[in-house]
Amino acid sequence: MAYLTDVANAFLWLFNFLILPATTYGSTLALGALGVTLVFGILRFANFAHGDMMAFGTMISLIGVEFLNRLGIFTYPIPAGLLFLPVAIILTAILAIALDRTVYRYYRSIKSPPVVMLMASIGVMFLLNGLIRLIKGPELQIFNARRIFPANKIDTVELIERFGNRAVQTKTDFVTQEKVVQVTEPEFVFFTVHDFKQATGLSEGFGLDLIQVLTVALAVTLFIALYWFLMRTRLGKGMRAFSDNEDLALLSGIDPRRIVTWTWLITGALAAIAGTIYGLDKGYKPFTYFQMVLPIFAATIVGGIGKPQGAIVGGYLVAFSEIMITANYKKVANYLLPEKWEVEGNLQLLGTEYKFSVSFLLLVIVLLLRPSGIFRGKVI
Amino acid sequence: MTLLNARKLVGGYNSMMILSDCSIEVAAGEVVVMVGPNGAGKTTVMKAILGMINLTGGSVIFKGEDVTSLPPQSRVVRGMAMVPQNHNVFTGLSIEENLEMGAYLRKDDYSASLEQVFGLFPVLREKRTQVAGELSGGQRQQLAVGRALMTQPDLLMLDEPTAGVSPIVMNEIFDQVLRIRDQGIGILIVEQNARQALSIADVGYVLVNGKNRHTAKGSELLNNPDVRQSFLG
Repeated sequence: MAYLTDVANAFLWLFNFLILPATTYGSTLALGALGVTLVFGILRFANFAHGDMMAFGTMISLIGVEFLNRLGIFTYPIPAGLLFLPVAIILTAILAIALDRTVYRYYRSIKSPPVVMLMASIGVMFLLNGLIRLIKGPELQIFNARRIFPANKIDTVELIERFGNRAVQTKTDFVTQEKVVQVTEPEFVFFTVHDFKQATGLSEGFGLDLIQVLTVALAVTLFIALYWFLMRTRLGKGMRAFSDNEDLALLSGIDPRRIVTWTWLITGALAAIAGTIYGLDKGYKPFTYFQMVLPIFAATIVGGIGKPQGAIVGGYLVAFSEIMITANYKKVANYLLPEKWEVEGNLQLLGTEYKFSVSFLLLVIVLLLRPSGIFRGKVI
Repeated sequence: MTLLNARKLVGGYNSMMILSDCSIEVAAGEVVVMVGPNGAGKTTVMKAILGMINLTGGSVIFKGEDVTSLPPQSRVVRGMAMVPQNHNVFTGLSIEENLEMGAYLRKDDYSASLEQVFGLFPVLREKRTQVAGELSGGQRQQLAVGRALMTQPDLLMLDEPTAGVSPIVMNEIFDQVLRIRDQGIGILIVEQNARQALSIADVGYVLVNGKNRHTAKGSELLNNPDVRQSFLG
């Protein structure tokens, strides 16, 4: 019985520190990789600006949160950032199409080789990099809505009852020297690790909040929607045909301009969603999105570039490998192994600071063993 | 009635001039076969008719309309269809989806055309949900022709439809070409298997160095000593 508890504890630790974070992170990567793979399939170049398109969309959602802050509206339990996601989707899609019209279309018209398109996308990446830093700054900003009320106009007790002690702070305004109440809207939590431990009496547990559930639910919904779009609609089939054989698509009367516009529209929307759900969880920091291009490309190529199902599998594969290889299994070992074998040091293959190298390792292994990726995508 | 009248075509790729003076006529319900040595510009003629290369001279009249300056898209809409020699199916799409892509521009109900194609090539109906990349060479050719027929063309151009298929399949394909012709479609074929192709041709053209060398009924070309010696071996 005691051993059974140990096994349960070990599993719960793995669930809380590995499976849950890898699933949410994997969802973001999969959505990002879907955008990259669509652009590669249709436009035949690797779009390095995708991470910054994600950052752009996230920034729009964040600006929406600040707008709500000014108005002093509470949206709890719905994350404020999510309310502005539709706006972010529209603006990012417009950005993507505008970039195509101003940059990529020219290179297409002169039939540039893919490597030139790739270099152009790196230029776009730096442009967006600068643009988003100019608008919203380079530092980490969180999505939790933070609202300030004059102390005499708000019922502090009611706020504490609603959002908890830690969310409500009484301060003195720096300029006016008046007493104010600052409310940081918390994330809606189904249950915390603490709740779980108390309910079960185990020493390990896991917590679940709305954003984690939303991330996975949104990702799965989008996977299904995209699959349906590509497999069942005329336009989706046209996109697949165009990706499969461009010349024959032209001979069938498929209009390349329409296909390209829709590709950017979908890519922009996916980027805004992937970026925002990641930001809701981890906060918005431009550099993080810039860095995320690496695991996203690894996911795309590992799954098979140009194959949507590959992007999804690749996204989760990269996320799980990253977290599995950098996780510290000390606790799991101590739960499962006999007491005399107790581990005192760390039981970790790689430090978390090396997590990006994991995507590359995976990439190298896949390229050596199966160059076209898991789902036999295009060979680059 | 003359369906296609390509007159005095001059052109090629960038700096390479391939067609110097080439004229082709195709009437509705007629099989026209182009033969000639490698590099004579047979495929280039087809590309020129469809508008896939830039012409420096000559004109293409299709159904009485001058289409010389129109892009390939517009010519497809007007009723031209072409089956390229290679990469002529969407390998990642199912057979049914391949045929649907042929009907991409059609707003009407195309199920009748689908039935017609399945009637012509029964094997495609059997394998309709299978991915086109898994088909054999002959079946692939049939699918490629099927896709082109789905556009409801008046002119069907086939670039070496029997390349790389067995003799039995080759006869089958020529047989099907005749059945398509009987529906009133004009057919222009470029062929390596010149003897067999000319035997089903209403009109045959022999092309050399981008110029017409001989033009005659298919049977006459087969009996022409010069043609026999140079091109039929």
